[in-house]
Amino acid sequence: MWSDTQDRLRGALAPALPMSDVQARGGEHSANPSRTTAMTAFLKIERLAKAYQQDRPVFTDVSFTLDKGEFVCIIGHSGCGKTTILNVLAGLDTASAGHAFMDGREIAGPSLERGVVFQSHALMPWLTVRQNIAFAVQSRWPDWRAAQVQAHVEKHVAMVGLLHAIDKKPSQLSGGMKQRVGIARAFSIQPKMLLLDEPFGALDALTRGTIQDELMGIVRQTQQTVFMITHDVDEAILLSDRILLMSNGHEEDGRYVPGGLAEVVVNPLPRDRSRAQLHHLPGYYALRNHIVDFLVSRARAH
Amino acid sequence: MKHMHLHARAALVSMLMFLVLLGAWQLSASPAAVGSAATAGMTAEEIEYQKMMGKDPGAVKSTGFPPPLDVGKAIVTHLADPFYDKGPNDKGIGIQLAHSLARVGLGFVLAMLVALPLGFVIGMSPLMQKAFDPFVQVLKPISPLAWMPLALYTLKDSNVSGIFVIFICSIWPMLINTAFGVAAVKRDWLNVASTLEVRPLRKALRVILPAAAPTIVTGMRISMGIAWLVIVAAEMLVGGTGVGYFVWNEWNNLSLVNVIFAVLLIGVVGMLLDLAFAQLQKAVTYVE
Repeated sequence: MWSDTQDRLRGALAPALPMSDVQARGGEHSANPSRTTAMTAFLKIERLAKAYQQDRPVFTDVSFTLDKGEFVCIIGHSGCGKTTILNVLAGLDTASAGHAFMDGREIAGPSLERGVVFQSHALMPWLTVRQNIAFAVQSRWPDWRAAQVQAHVEKHVAMVGLLHAIDKKPSQLSGGMKQRVGIARAFSIQPKMLLLDEPFGALDALTRGTIQDELMGIVRQTQQTVFMITHDVDEAILLSDRILLMSNGHEEDGRYVPGGLAEVVVNPLPRDRSRAQLHHLPGYYALRNHIVDFLVSRARAH
Repeated sequence: MKHMHLHARAALVSMLMFLVLLGAWQLSASPAAVGSAATAGMTAEEIEYQKMMGKDPGAVKSTGFPPPLDVGKAIVTHLADPFYDKGPNDKGIGIQLAHSLARVGLGFVLAMLVALPLGFVIGMSPLMQKAFDPFVQVLKPISPLAWMPLALYTLKDSNVSGIFVIFICSIWPMLINTAFGVAAVKRDWLNVASTLEVRPLRKALRVILPAAAPTIVTGMRISMGIAWLVIVAAEMLVGGTGVGYFVWNEWNNLSLVNVIFAVLLIGVVGMLLDLAFAQLQKAVTYVE
């Protein structure tokens, strides 16, 4: 059953992006895709591990790469360490073992080169939308004149369609609008890479759909490299070029098996897809079933 | 009546209570009408004798407590010329008030200069939080006036000692609230600052300060309330100038009219100070 799915997935692979080693290995049902790729990969994660208790690491041996312009989603149950991985990439957390490189340099702390969109939008409530984004822009380019900052801010607020609310405080905005501002803020510093920590998790389905479309449009336009956490299988299929599936740590035969990267699924659907026609695309259901099957039956026991 | 606004109705009830209070005061302060009855049955010689003994039976007996009208007159007199200065024991109430406010202001600002930076350090470092805790816990409950002898001895100046007492009583609420506010700043906002590579000073001023401002200003408001309570007592002790000294001086003069006037004034000024901080609080509060 499993290999059937893989064959069908591979059959539909034709228009996908060029694959790296790990991508190719993604289809091989590898529980431990730890082989490293050439240094040319834009983002490279090598044998990352995190342990809060020495003998029971949350995950071990997580290795993967991202190419420039790629959109990669990571899916897994709560507690599998997705957010930890994202925080390590953001430089906000440190791993117990392993390394992360971006552009050939090791990630050793937070940097303006990586924009982060937080799950809870993390806008400063005492600042207006304009001031929130201006704060980021001024941090990125401290020498800019006020007019230059304002022009840049307005451009990015317009990008997410919120010019009419630019002088409002976050408390006056809906959840979707706040998250749009968070996205505009992340884009405004023109980072080399964007990290999204389940940005739409708290939104209702309709709003989520709209913002997903907007985000996809912006990412395609800007050729942004994106790493995103999600719980929503359809969201991952719609947005990403590849989907990383993570398993939780668990007991097996009385022995603790740490979680890790269980599988990398390449999205075979054409890149210029849209939410409305997504479920009509050939290969969509096979892909969706495969991921859901993983989450239901294998995520805790690989 | 039913359609009257709540504020208007509350104002009406307040006014009624005020009038009832004034009435009760006027009645209790009125002289007892015993004069003519007391002289009955006395000969002229007996009355004369009583007068010589200082117990005039015909005189109107007073409770000694001034009626509201007298206090009203005193208020008008004091406020009509608040800034006169006729020597050390006779200064206008405006001058006395200015002295008190200057002491409170100076002590409060000094306390702020110490409490805010120190509160930042304590709030940002769990180590400092634990290290400072025993000192704060022991020093905080000490009545500010208990410091007075030590202050007088070491500072050798009553005026400076008064300022020191205000300083020492204002510092604790500000310090504790600043430390708490800074420690409670949302992780998300600090993470945003980190990912934007914001320098420490800019982070403190543009992220932590506004985030903790509502808590800090609450601490300042509590401090100001305590400072205004304490200044009256401190000035009674050290003497010289100020509203507290004015109260004590008028007590020595047995002028209850002036004491009542001063008490009311202390209340009104305290309220105005609190209102000012309430405004400040409103200005820095944000809705999440």
